[in-house]
Amino acid sequence: MTLLKQKTVPVGHIEREAKSTPGDRAVAATSHVVLAIWSAIVVLPLLWTFMSSFKTSNEIFASPFALPGAWKLDNYIKAWSEAGIGAAFINSVIVVGVSLVLVMLLGAMCAYVLARFTFRGSRIIYVLMLAGLTFPIFLAMVPLFGVLKGMGLLNQLPGLIITYVAFALPFTVFFLFAFFKNLPGEIAEAAAIDGAGEWRTFFQIMLPMARPGLASVAIFNFLGLWNQFLIPVTINAGGPKVLSQELFAFAQQMGYAVDFGALFAAVTVTVIPVLIAYILFQRQLQGSVSQGTSR
Amino acid sequence: MSLPPPTAVLEGGRKAAIQSRRKNLTFDKVSFMAVFLGIPLAIYLVFVIWPFLQAFVYSLTDWSGFSPNYKFVGLDNYARIFTDDQFLKALSNNVILLIVVPLVTVVLSLVLATLVTVGGSSKGQVKGLRNSSFYRVVSFFPYTIPAVAIGIMWGQIYDPSGGLLNGALNALGLNFKDYAWLGNTNTAMWCSIFVIIWGFVGFYMVLFIAGIKGIPAELFEAARIDGAGRFRTAVSVTIPMIRDNIQTAYVYLGIFALDAFVYMASLFPNAGGPENSTLVMSQQLFFTAFQRGQFGMATAMGVILALATLLFSGLVFLVNKLTGGSEGGRL
Repeated sequence: MTLLKQKTVPVGHIEREAKSTPGDRAVAATSHVVLAIWSAIVVLPLLWTFMSSFKTSNEIFASPFALPGAWKLDNYIKAWSEAGIGAAFINSVIVVGVSLVLVMLLGAMCAYVLARFTFRGSRIIYVLMLAGLTFPIFLAMVPLFGVLKGMGLLNQLPGLIITYVAFALPFTVFFLFAFFKNLPGEIAEAAAIDGAGEWRTFFQIMLPMARPGLASVAIFNFLGLWNQFLIPVTINAGGPKVLSQELFAFAQQMGYAVDFGALFAAVTVTVIPVLIAYILFQRQLQGSVSQGTSR
Repeated sequence: MSLPPPTAVLEGGRKAAIQSRRKNLTFDKVSFMAVFLGIPLAIYLVFVIWPFLQAFVYSLTDWSGFSPNYKFVGLDNYARIFTDDQFLKALSNNVILLIVVPLVTVVLSLVLATLVTVGGSSKGQVKGLRNSSFYRVVSFFPYTIPAVAIGIMWGQIYDPSGGLLNGALNALGLNFKDYAWLGNTNTAMWCSIFVIIWGFVGFYMVLFIAGIKGIPAELFEAARIDGAGRFRTAVSVTIPMIRDNIQTAYVYLGIFALDAFVYMASLFPNAGGPENSTLVMSQQLFFTAFQRGQFGMATAMGVILALATLLFSGLVFLVNKLTGGSEGGRL
């Protein structure tokens, strides 16, 4: 470091003397330009998709930039009812909603026991959970097909729900484990002295205290499950489709029947609800990411 | 907490309740452990661990997936996989993804994160770039979009005649009329890689911003007093301090690059792309299982995929450890 110091002292000196250096302004301006370019690369495709979702197929082919002739909802009606996006949307809400509640509850229970009690085998269970995080989901997919088939749960929403719960469990346990471990143990002890049993201590004291951790994990689980594609395509190929599945099926058909406007509308319907939720809750989400990294 | 305690504890009174914690014997505790650990664990074992274990067994059989009978064929499946040109093609495509995607994504998101966090004034306290939260929020958008939707959307953007890309290039006066970006073996893979990077940069940018903000400000100030410029600070202070975040990002991106199923499936309606130039192992596995009905063979591919993932993760940890020593010494 001494070498570095000697070499660059004059530069640093000048910077500290100046009131607002041109260098700073140049750096700030360059930063803004670079970041703005990236933001444009992110946003423009989304805006273009949104705009195109109001066009007819002819308008789309005529010019990719021209505004739609009329802002009509025809494409949306077609996508929602004829292409089955509406039904799939509702299926997704049910499947993801139920799975999310179950996995948060079961994950919190499991993480709590692992974090606050030591017993024979607790370490093995923890390692098993880690293994589930490391192995690629693909390895399990083919045998899982057989397991669900044997139970009569193949191509059914309950089968999909329980699979979602099982595969989201290791992530949930892993993060909540750290969270419960850091909660002060005195409070649980105080509850025990006041006569609260284990069940009560968990539901009335520890679970409410873990709310910030639960919220972060729930957000990531929601995104992960809502965007899940591989699991439904494998074990629910013949069942009532969820959103990502139906969207994919719709796009595949497009190769034969050309209705690009409806395809854009279907994509928009898929994107908009989560995007709006993100914009509303983005502060919490940014917080969750930083929480995830500090562990 | 002056409410009446549950029955199990009532019998022995308060003292007994505390003691029972150590003895592990009350009904309250036994039922609690049984339910809290039993139910999640049962689901996890049946639907995750059991299939994983079965996979290793099935990979040694000729199971078709539809008949209940199968016989063991030893390592035949593995031997056949490595003489299968299509699988080898898929493997090489995954290797390209594995080399390019994590590297470019990490570098790009690191650059953007650095611009946001240390782009501010060089005087006084270390400041982030002003009005930069907009960029952070916008960059994260793709992470909230299902990968299928991303793939379909970009498939349309790359469309030769009605797509946004050719439209923009033509408007700039470049003649790319009817160039099929995804239909050409030269460009299909690189266009897919761009889409994947587009989908991931925002998330890792936010991750790195959080990491950089966690670095004590004194470190930056010390570097500044020592006369380090912005670039020097980024290389010698920021990167070493968030190297664990970078390692995590690299492992996750690598695992993803070895999969890449969703993007490739949704970008290319004709699976595999032009001349299989974008075929990936996971797609090959999927077809082998569910279209050709060779479940044994497909699980063998899964095992190879899993081994590749473990190998890559191990490699990243090793590299971080080896370089970590020297970097730590320099600080």
